Amino acid sequence: MPWTKILIEKQEPFFDEHPDTNVRKLTVPESIRETLDQALAIDKRVFVMGQGVDDPAGMFGMTLDLHKKYGNKRVFDTPLSENALTGIATGAAITGMKPIYLHNRPDFLLLAMDQIVNHASKLSYIFGGNLKIPLVIIAVIGRGWGSGAQHSQSLHGLFMHVPGLRLVMPSTAYDAKGLLVASILDGNPVMFIEHRWLFKHKSYVPEELYAIPFGKGLVRRKGKDVTIVGVSYMVIEALRAAEELEKDGYEVEVIDVRTLRPLDEEIILDSVKKTGHLIITDTDWKTCGATSEIASIVAEKGVGYLKSPVKRISWPDIPVPTSYVLEEVFYPNKNDIIGAVKEILNK
Amino acid sequence: MKGITKNKLIELYVLMSRIRLVELKIEELYPQDEMKTPIHLCIGQEAIAAGVCANLSKDDYVFSTHRGHGHYIAKGGSLKAMIAELYGREMGCSKGRGGSMHLIDTSKGFMGCSSIVGGNIPIATGAALSFILNDQNKVSVVFFGDAASEEGVFYESMNFAALKKLPVVYVCENNFYSVYSHQSARQVNEHICMRPKAFDIPSYCVDGRNVVEVYLKSRKAIEDARGGKGPVFLECKVYRWRAHSGPGDPLKDSYRKLDELEEWMKKDPVKDFEEYLIKKGIINDKKAREIKEEINKDILEAFEFAKSSPLPDKTELMRYLFG
Repeated sequence: MPWTKILIEKQEPFFDEHPDTNVRKLTVPESIRETLDQALAIDKRVFVMGQGVDDPAGMFGMTLDLHKKYGNKRVFDTPLSENALTGIATGAAITGMKPIYLHNRPDFLLLAMDQIVNHASKLSYIFGGNLKIPLVIIAVIGRGWGSGAQHSQSLHGLFMHVPGLRLVMPSTAYDAKGLLVASILDGNPVMFIEHRWLFKHKSYVPEELYAIPFGKGLVRRKGKDVTIVGVSYMVIEALRAAEELEKDGYEVEVIDVRTLRPLDEEIILDSVKKTGHLIITDTDWKTCGATSEIASIVAEKGVGYLKSPVKRISWPDIPVPTSYVLEEVFYPNKNDIIGAVKEILNK
Repeated sequence: MKGITKNKLIELYVLMSRIRLVELKIEELYPQDEMKTPIHLCIGQEAIAAGVCANLSKDDYVFSTHRGHGHYIAKGGSLKAMIAELYGREMGCSKGRGGSMHLIDTSKGFMGCSSIVGGNIPIATGAALSFILNDQNKVSVVFFGDAASEEGVFYESMNFAALKKLPVVYVCENNFYSVYSHQSARQVNEHICMRPKAFDIPSYCVDGRNVVEVYLKSRKAIEDARGGKGPVFLECKVYRWRAHSGPGDPLKDSYRKLDELEEWMKKDPVKDFEEYLIKKGIINDKKAREIKEEINKDILEAFEFAKSSPLPDKTELMRYLFG
């Protein structure tokens, strides 16, 4: 397959403010659309499905007009039956196809939990490796504008709990492309969860296909005073906090996990070893979520490095509220991170 | 007999006998407690697996349920690998990671069992989607029980299959019981074959104890699905002779009456068919005996193979999580 020519990304692209202003910059949806377009073009096994993938909005632009280029056999709208459609994608995947199933929001994935958790994630194991499931499920966290409890959830903590799933959380357009390529190539069920608040960001995205290996986090900003591990959109808030903190003389290290399953434990432990302080920030609930898991890993493997207790900045354990004043207090932001850093370092 | 060759009749007899004799042997040896996996015997339901699978090639796909031994055998799955799986061995068809409820033999197009009721209905439908996308002239068949028709994926999958005209055949084995619960306690209309009509899916109801009837109806269903006419539905009325799981008294806990069981058992799909073939002169007593002896030889070999083959290596606990 032409996929063999894919470059494996080794460079460390800097956030989204690429120093060279002449390079091509794309938004996340543009980056995803280009990747899907290229994947459809070079691999007949790839097909794209989901509610509204061929409508005029084209999944926030991620699938815009792809059906016109590849036909409605390979890019098709689906009934809303999320559970069956996940099983249908799985059934196509076991025959060697590479389905990519898009959802507007993770909230709807709850309707597909039987097929994701009981089937897709388990078939390789329970059949002793006789089946492979090259399935990619994409969903976009729909934070904000009063979207409320059933249209703003993140839910990756649930998926992180399940063995047999890859869990990918890109924070830039560059990563979105490289990680989507890796997801298509991986050959296992991948939950690819994006964040709508990242959709206006632009970053450098090469035209050619490249893959970012799973389980490789990235130091987005180097610093010696405190480590902030961020997931998805919270990486951006952490970087904003770090910029402000720099003015006060604090050197903050910001790590983007990029994938939660597998998780790059080494990059986190190395950083904590250096700084002695850890803040973890996530776009999901606190209890039994990514922040708890990362804190546990550091407790198990690096507790001796810590000079202060771990701090977690994530959602309070309540449904997402609607009124904008409540949203304001519900969602953590750079100020919460700045406060936490100062609290730790000024002790 | 009209529309069916002598050889095919013998093939059906061999398939059904094989399923019956394997199940009886499992039932006999299960109390030894060496097969440490829940078993769901399909004794009394053999005609459906045999009648449907006798119409398929090895390139066609079959998907099954927790009660899947018969489907696996009828599709040609390796008996040795199946029994080894029941004994939790590395040489089992799923390397000892699946057990009785997760049999598979992809080399024969038997694509696995799910122990979630209805769980394989969409997966089989998705395989059929792939056949269409790749212009392959294959058919996907999924077996499931009456209770699967209470699940959302049953309707969701039929809707999608009808919409895309997918080559999938839905075979419902209505044995009237979900564990202890009778169909009448769970469903308003006992004729499950009525429901696909809401999706304009051709649907038939057959006597699931009559292998010839199952064979002929499923032949048409499979031909139509393969010919691009879209999904077809088959309800086979049958009866669960044994308990929901394990060997033992089928009347335990008095959830059903002896009269009911005896009434259904009056017609034995395997024995009646054997008598029919002998009466018609298609086989004689001697031939029937030879067929069964041959099968029993295979069964003994399979059990010996299973018991003597290695257990999984404990250091390989994590293996196969990802493909």
